[in-house]
Amino acid sequence: MEELLDLLEQNHTLSTKQLSTMLNRPEDDIAAAITHLENEKIIVKYQTIINWEKAGVDIVTAIIEVRITPQREVGFDAIAERIYRFPEVRSLYLMSGAYDLQVIVEGKTLKEVAQFVSTKLATIDGVVSTTSHFMLKKYKEDGVIIEDKEEDRRLAVSP
Amino acid sequence: MSWGDRISPIVKDMPTSGIRRFFDIVAEMKNVVSLGVGEPDFVTPWHIRESCVYGLQRGYTAYTSNFGMLELRQEIAKLYKEKYNISYDPRQEALITVGVSQALDLAMRAILSPGDEVLIPEPCYVSYRACVTLAGGTPVPVATSIENEFRITVEQLSELVTPRTKALLIGYPNNPTGAIMPRAELEAIAHFAKQHDLIVISDEIYGDLTYDGNHTCFAGLPEMRDRTILLNGFSKAYAMTGWRIGYALSNPDFIAAMTKIHQYTMLCAPVTAQVAAVEALKNGERSMQKMVAEYNNRRRLMLEGLRGMGLECFEPKGAFYIFPSIKSTGLSSLEFAEELLKDQKVALVPGNAFGDCGEGYVRCSYATSTTNLIEALERIGKFVRKFQ
Repeated sequence: MEELLDLLEQNHTLSTKQLSTMLNRPEDDIAAAITHLENEKIIVKYQTIINWEKAGVDIVTAIIEVRITPQREVGFDAIAERIYRFPEVRSLYLMSGAYDLQVIVEGKTLKEVAQFVSTKLATIDGVVSTTSHFMLKKYKEDGVIIEDKEEDRRLAVSP
Repeated sequence: MSWGDRISPIVKDMPTSGIRRFFDIVAEMKNVVSLGVGEPDFVTPWHIRESCVYGLQRGYTAYTSNFGMLELRQEIAKLYKEKYNISYDPRQEALITVGVSQALDLAMRAILSPGDEVLIPEPCYVSYRACVTLAGGTPVPVATSIENEFRITVEQLSELVTPRTKALLIGYPNNPTGAIMPRAELEAIAHFAKQHDLIVISDEIYGDLTYDGNHTCFAGLPEMRDRTILLNGFSKAYAMTGWRIGYALSNPDFIAAMTKIHQYTMLCAPVTAQVAAVEALKNGERSMQKMVAEYNNRRRLMLEGLRGMGLECFEPKGAFYIFPSIKSTGLSSLEFAEELLKDQKVALVPGNAFGDCGEGYVRCSYATSTTNLIEALERIGKFVRKFQ
C-alpha cells in the first residue's frame, strides 16, 4: 500500500498496468486498491505543481499569521472552517507557538490580498490579530525544487 | 617508423572498449533516449555532497595514509561485520582505492606473474580482461549462457583450469546481464577454488543492488576470507561514480602487496572523496534503500516491456541492467544497436562489448527515469516489430 502511494505521489499518470508490473501485483488488485484509497479519501486529490511565474501568470502569495480566541466546545475548528472556505485561502494550518493559524492566501495582486486580509480575515469573530508576510520567491514546493538546475551530466554511454 | 610502432605491444594489441566506439556515435546525435549508461541516474544524495563541502571548509585537502583514512576503513570493517559477519582488521586488511577499477588493477598486478591464467566468466565488465593482460597474465574466458541464467558452474571451470591457473575473477551481481549467483552455487565454486588453490577476486560493486533475496558475499563463505580479494566501492549503491572511490579487503599479505604498488603509483585516493564516503557509510543507508526500491520497480517494468515485444529475456536479479536476446530479429548485436539508434534514437550497448558470448544480446540500463524507460520501450517495440 505504501509503495503504491509513493509511486502515485511521484507520478499519478502511471497506468494500472504499469503500476501492476512495477509492484509485481495483479492489475485488478491495483485498480481495486486505488478505488479504495480514493473512496476513503486517503488519496485526497491528484494535483499538478505549476511554476506560474514561468507561465507568465502573476500570482501574489502571502503567509498570514493569525491569532484567535478558541471557542467553547469547538476550539479552533469553527473559526478555521470559516477561514478555509474562502477560495482565496490556499492552505491553512493550526500551529503551536507564537500564533494559532497559518493562512496561505493567493491573489492576483498585492492589493487584492491585502484587501482580503483586512476585510474578510481580520473581521471574523474571534480573530485577535493578523500579521502578513508576502512571499518573494518559491524555491521548493511539496518536495519539488521549482527550478532545479541540476541536470543529467552523465555520458550517454558508459561501461 | 611511426610513433605508433614505439608503443608497447601489449597496449597496441589491446582492443579499444566496444563501448567507447559506440559512445562516439551517440555523442553526435540529439534527442536520444539512452539506456546505455552504466551509472545511477540519481545524483549523489545531498547529505554526502554537503559533507564533502564541509570537509573542504575544514581543510581536508592533504594526502591521507596510503591505505586511506583510518576512519573510512573502520566504517567499512564495521559494515562487513554487521552485514555479512566477516571481520577485517581496518589497519591491515583494507585499502581505499580510486574506484573498484584501480583496486582490480592493483589486485592483478599484485598476484600475477607472466603467463599466469585467470578464469573470467563472460559476459563481464569491460576492464576484467584488460587488467589481467596489462598485469602480464592470460585471461581465460568462461562463457556463460542464458540457459544457465548466466551463472558459472564447476563443470565449466573444471574444463578450463590448468596448472597455470592462478585466480578466478567474478563479478556478481553481474554487469551486463544482471545475473546473480545464489549461495549454494557460490559454495560449490568456493570448494573448487580451494581444491585448485585459486585466489578469488570478487567484484561486488553491485552487491547492494540485489532484488530477490540477499546478496551473498564471497569472502563470507567458509574458509574463503583469506583466499578472496573482495572489491567494492561507492559508485553504484550511493550514486558516487564520479567521486572515484572504492576499496579492497583481503588478508594482510595481499593488502600489503597491493598497497606497495598503490603507494608508488597513486599514493592515496582523493581525500575529498574519502570524507564523503565516510558520510555515505554513516548515514547513507536510507537513501540507498530508496534507490534500490525504485530500481526494482523499473526492473519489472523493463522485463515486462521487453518480453511483451517478443524478445527472449532473462529476469535480472541484481545491478541495474537487463540483457535481452535480439537473435529473433536476425541482426547482430552491433547492427541492432546501430540500427535502433539511427531509426528510433535509443542508445543501448551491444552485448559483444562484454565478451564474445554476449553476441546476440544487448545491454539496457534501467538507471534512467520511469518516463524515459516507458518512452524507450515504446521505441524499441516499434523497431522490433519491423522484423516480425
